[in-house]
Amino acid sequence: MEVRANTALHVTLTINGVERKASIEPCVTLLDLLREKFDLTGTKKGCDHGQCGACTVLINGKRINSCLVLAVSRDGSEITTIEGIGTANELHPLQDAFVRHDALQCGYCTPGQICSAIGLISEGKAKTRDEIREAMSGNLCRCGAYIGIVDAIEEVIAAPRRKTVR
Amino acid sequence: MDQGPAITGKSIPRIDGPVKVRGQAKYAAEYDVADLLHAAIVSASIAKGRVISIDAAAAKNFPGVVAVLTHKNRPWFWPFSFLYKDLAGPPGKPFRPLYDDRVLFSGQPVALIVADNYEAARDAAALVSVSYEREQHATDLAVEVSKAYKPPRHRLGLAPTPHPTGDADRAFLASPVKVEASYTTAAENHHPMELFATTVEWSDKIVTVYDKTQSPKSVEIFLKVALRLFRRKVRVVSSFVGGAFGLGLRPQQSVILAVLAAKALKRSVRLVLPRDHMFALGYRANAIQTVSLGADENGRLLAIKHQAVAATSQSEDAQDPMLNFSASLYRCDNVKLTYQLAKLDTVSPCDMRAPGAATGMFALECAMDELAYAINIDPLALRLANYTERDQSENRPFSSKALRECYLQGAERFGWAKRSHAPRSMRKGKELIGWGMATGVWEAAMSPAPARVKVSLLADGRFEVTTSITDIGTGTYTILTQIAADALGAPRERVVVKLGDSALPFNPIQGGSWTAATSGSAVQAACDKLKKKILLRAKQTGIVGNGQATELLSPAALADLLKLSGSDNLSATATIINVKFGKKYASATHSAVFAEVRIDEELAVVRVTRLVCTVAAGRILNPATARSQIIGASVMGIGKALYEDAATDHNLGRCMAHNFADYHIPSNADVYDIEVLFVEETDDKVSPIGVKGLGEIGSVAVAPAIANAIFHATGQRMRDLPITIDRLTRLSD
Ligand code: FES
Ligand code: FES
Repeated sequence: MEVRANTALHVTLTINGVERKASIEPCVTLLDLLREKFDLTGTKKGCDHGQCGACTVLINGKRINSCLVLAVSRDGSEITTIEGIGTANELHPLQDAFVRHDALQCGYCTPGQICSAIGLISEGKAKTRDEIREAMSGNLCRCGAYIGIVDAIEEVIAAPRRKTVR
Repeated sequence: MDQGPAITGKSIPRIDGPVKVRGQAKYAAEYDVADLLHAAIVSASIAKGRVISIDAAAAKNFPGVVAVLTHKNRPWFWPFSFLYKDLAGPPGKPFRPLYDDRVLFSGQPVALIVADNYEAARDAAALVSVSYEREQHATDLAVEVSKAYKPPRHRLGLAPTPHPTGDADRAFLASPVKVEASYTTAAENHHPMELFATTVEWSDKIVTVYDKTQSPKSVEIFLKVALRLFRRKVRVVSSFVGGAFGLGLRPQQSVILAVLAAKALKRSVRLVLPRDHMFALGYRANAIQTVSLGADENGRLLAIKHQAVAATSQSEDAQDPMLNFSASLYRCDNVKLTYQLAKLDTVSPCDMRAPGAATGMFALECAMDELAYAINIDPLALRLANYTERDQSENRPFSSKALRECYLQGAERFGWAKRSHAPRSMRKGKELIGWGMATGVWEAAMSPAPARVKVSLLADGRFEVTTSITDIGTGTYTILTQIAADALGAPRERVVVKLGDSALPFNPIQGGSWTAATSGSAVQAACDKLKKKILLRAKQTGIVGNGQATELLSPAALADLLKLSGSDNLSATATIINVKFGKKYASATHSAVFAEVRIDEELAVVRVTRLVCTVAAGRILNPATARSQIIGASVMGIGKALYEDAATDHNLGRCMAHNFADYHIPSNADVYDIEVLFVEETDDKVSPIGVKGLGEIGSVAVAPAIANAIFHATGQRMRDLPITIDRLTRLSD
């Protein structure tokens, strides 16, 4: 293998409403950029292969596995991570529903589940429990909190829109 | 001391819920440490042999790489393997990464790349080329079973396999009804969602290690002794653990390697082990079992013979209670159990949720179902016909046993009475429907090592509860808050629980389903002591004359008390030592699981559409988090029954699965309806607070209940786990 030249590129991203700039190599994933360079560790690494969904973030409103995205390829994008959901004083309705339905145990898959569920709700496709289950199956939970997760999402979908979902 | 109604026993929301849903809970790889180096492993591609040479020139020249560590240049450490013992290890020689040139298993780390950024470490690792002298490996349990042996040394803290009672061989031969069958279970991997990771913050005086572990104390002791950090202060922090399921019981390769690198370079280092390496960290031992049951025409058991051979590594005799419950679950005078191991060239097996029991009970409970069909009686009626109020293996009563209520309430809830007995007799459309059931059991015990808890009154009137144990998602933060709030008569907002830090009072290991009973009892005792101290201090300072504590415990009064007594906090510490009611009582948690499967007749796709889990576990501290424990364990049971198989390619001696595509764990779409019922069970003997523990019990009976349901649906007896589509279709052809 050839030794790689130093090929840092500039990238500008709007993360949770704040513009962030970085000079990074093309091989850096969005996930590693968030976690290692911006200290936004709410986004989790569970497999690095696009198989577990722990790294789910919203890019321009769409749910995406950030471990499969090279950060430089999304220059100029709007990114929402779990840190940008809810406020310091108030939980987002989904976060609140996750707590009330005990839709988590260890909590490691949780930020990805919540980001994914926000994406799912804005896609507007899933209505029934079966549809939610199917559309949330890209987010694995080894603690097996699936029933609480579906309960929480179902409740938020059914509730009259209290807030515009980011 | 009231301050509102008691909250222990109530479904209060998980205390750590809000920080977790906000993404603010910090896990081991997430601490921001200055001047941090990143490490990546190079792992062995052979299963057995020697490393001849390691060519790391290209890796060393890679931009950003700081060092390449191998067995040749690693820091010096002890040549005595006994110094590598940890609190949970089995007898034998623990694995020591980068110790020498021996390759003991495929995937073993043979080099560690350290670089100033993660990408450089990862990419440089791919440039290392290792040459090996290969030796013939043995990884196939079906072959090595011929060399099975009884473990010469018994694992510390594990109850031995019960001695034979009566004459099971003769009784079996003489039995009017006999069933005898062999069962195999695949190796499984724990796969917590959080990767195994360690961040070491190095300084000359204190080394802070953020680690994914179930025991910060055990890791601290290990690092001081085995890696010779005894001259420094070592602090191991695991405030949040992203699941572990047993794989964090022992100091893992990640912490050993990260600390070795930090020590060699005198720098802070982070190591995150990739998902594919989780297959090389430890596994639930695969096993081959034979169960022979003899009974009379009414189903009364006359003989139980249960034999198991489980996998272990070449260097350790990993053991678990695989057969321990086969002698005590049913009434039977003639029981013979044979537990053996067979050595494989693999990493050592490592306890995985309901270790042993989930495997042994799969065989026993499937055999019971076979017996029910051999006699032509209802499987539940067979269990009830053999119900025992005594543990016959030790001839002693149970401290409590509400298994009968589990059977009856579960059957009622599930609608078992509507089941038609004959296989293939229930269907809807193109799906066959099967209903099966099984019994679960796990020992209810307190931690074998003492546990300490400190409770302090803080200047602002809050109470701080501290102990070194972790919360791995089990709900420990929450239940300890509840117990403390009630014991102190304070609202839960005024109780702060701090866990997961080896600098806190000694508490051995989160595991074995004993944390709630042990730590909860210690919290209760420490709070009681503190209350007495507060009263005494109040009398001494003249705040109260009549000893009424109710008004005394208001924040204002407590602040006054501290001020008047001239100290800024008041604290009490309690140590719980395993209450040994010794030989007098047996103590166990029980469950009955009822499963419904629906199977597409043409495609053989199995769906577990309904599970009803009834559990008798003594006092339930928080029904919400307790329910989550049982649901989570049941989901893992579905994985065991239908999907999970860490199969080895015996030509290469290597696990064929490398990721979640090869090794399927249940996803949301695989899980339908799971209902949990806790039956009333009062037990004043099992632990001071009447708690039995819930971590394991949910996993025990799910796989056999599903296998029995599959038989009921299809008429095919599936004796090998997992029951994959290919196995099912092969049978129906
Ligand atoms: S870490 Fe991205 S999908 Fe698993
Ligand atoms: S809550 Fe632990 S993995 Fe989902």
